[in-house]
Amino acid sequence: MAWDWNFTLNEVVPELLNVIHVTIMATLGAFALAVVLGLVLALGCRSNKKWISWPTRGVVEFIRLTPPLVQLFFIFFVFPHLFGLTLKPMVAGILGLGIHYSTYLSEVYRAGIESVPKGQWEAAIALNFSPLQKWKSVILPQAIRPIIPVMGNYLIVLFKETPLLAAIGLMELLGQAKSIGSVTFRYLEPITMVGIIFLILSYTASLLVKRLEWKLDLNGK
Amino acid sequence: MTEATEAQDLTAFDIDGKEPIIKYRNVSKSFGDNEVLKGIDFDLYPGERVAIIGPSGSGKTTLARLLMTLETPSEGTIEVDGRHLWHKEVNGKLVPADEKHLHKIRGDIGMVFQHFNLFPHMSILRNCIEAPIKVLGLSKKEAVERAKKMLDKVGMLEKADDYPASLSGGQQQRVAIARALVMRPKVMLFDEPTSALDPETVGEVLNVIKDIAKQGDMSMMLITHEMSFARDVADRVCFFDEGRIQEQGPPSKLFAHPETERLRDFLKSFHMNGNGE
Repeated sequence: MAWDWNFTLNEVVPELLNVIHVTIMATLGAFALAVVLGLVLALGCRSNKKWISWPTRGVVEFIRLTPPLVQLFFIFFVFPHLFGLTLKPMVAGILGLGIHYSTYLSEVYRAGIESVPKGQWEAAIALNFSPLQKWKSVILPQAIRPIIPVMGNYLIVLFKETPLLAAIGLMELLGQAKSIGSVTFRYLEPITMVGIIFLILSYTASLLVKRLEWKLDLNGK
Repeated sequence: MTEATEAQDLTAFDIDGKEPIIKYRNVSKSFGDNEVLKGIDFDLYPGERVAIIGPSGSGKTTLARLLMTLETPSEGTIEVDGRHLWHKEVNGKLVPADEKHLHKIRGDIGMVFQHFNLFPHMSILRNCIEAPIKVLGLSKKEAVERAKKMLDKVGMLEKADDYPASLSGGQQQRVAIARALVMRPKVMLFDEPTSALDPETVGEVLNVIKDIAKQGDMSMMLITHEMSFARDVADRVCFFDEGRIQEQGPPSKLFAHPETERLRDFLKSFHMNGNGE
């Protein structure tokens, strides 16, 4: 099977670029959810109230140790039967990947929070900050700064996982490529081009993360 | 001898019928099997300046940390201005205090740490106004005014826009002192404020503390290894060893005529005995 440039440039690439926004939206939506929920989970795990910390840890472990595809199927196919809740593929996808990645990010937050020196917590108490003010003014700004590059890397990993969403019928890049293939009976060009588009976007994003890391390093000194 | 005159004998400060602002009663603190404070009774009067000296591991830092609510006492009670710190009264019984209660009481206490603990992500000015705005509810304008006055007092006003990392240890400690003062606590704790400093910057910090001690009517607890500083500033010196107050009295008496063997040995290690130097 020879590579067909005409087919690639005139049919495959335009059709793939047509759905690129779906992939990007799913990525950003899921990541936004993961960033917020990850912090909530990290704080929940640290709570000194056992009835909060124990269940939170249990949920984090459970989600982290089961495959995201199973979770996606559960949300998409089981929710309608269980709760009568039928979700669009995009919504189910953002929920599934967002929740899954929030458990990874909660670990990242944990590391960031633990990197804040003990003296900072004590100074916050000595100045009589309330627990909420302590987190907002003193702890989180210092905890988040060093983990920004790690978060950036998780964004890229999450981006690369979005083809999973093809399995619940979301017409993102891979889903689109598959449908081009099923109509034209040519899979070589569409699937290859999906790989190349992911490569270009991931590589660009990783350069941005590196740059950010370098900038934060510079400011930190 | 009455209790009041007995207390008056221990300090050069004029107690004059005042009630103590801080009262430790039978306070003990253990870390695991290690009992670092063994049933301490200790009073501090409004405006009084007490230096706490003693070998490391003697419990003197723990004494301050209990008052700042950084450690929980294993036993005993601490009162601040007539109110229990670690307990609250419910139907006439003392029960352990919650965070809300601690928050109410600890506003009277300020602390300066050995390692300054400035917030590295905030400018010097921001370090000094963050808590006044968030905790005391001052307007930004009021807070800045107060903070600038204090930074001026410690000689750090021209560094207001800098970040802590660009300052020397002595400068950072002066800012930390200003930051604590802006909150206007009734009692200030200094936990070995010069122990982490380069020798050449120790003097500037001690001078700032001396100035504050002279001007203010604030009570001060100074945990220090600087004996001549203790003698110059304090109304009373407490010598701690093995979790107990071994000896206390006005500095003139305590440094010139130490009564216990332990204190004599301790002062010898600082080359201080007899007439003080």
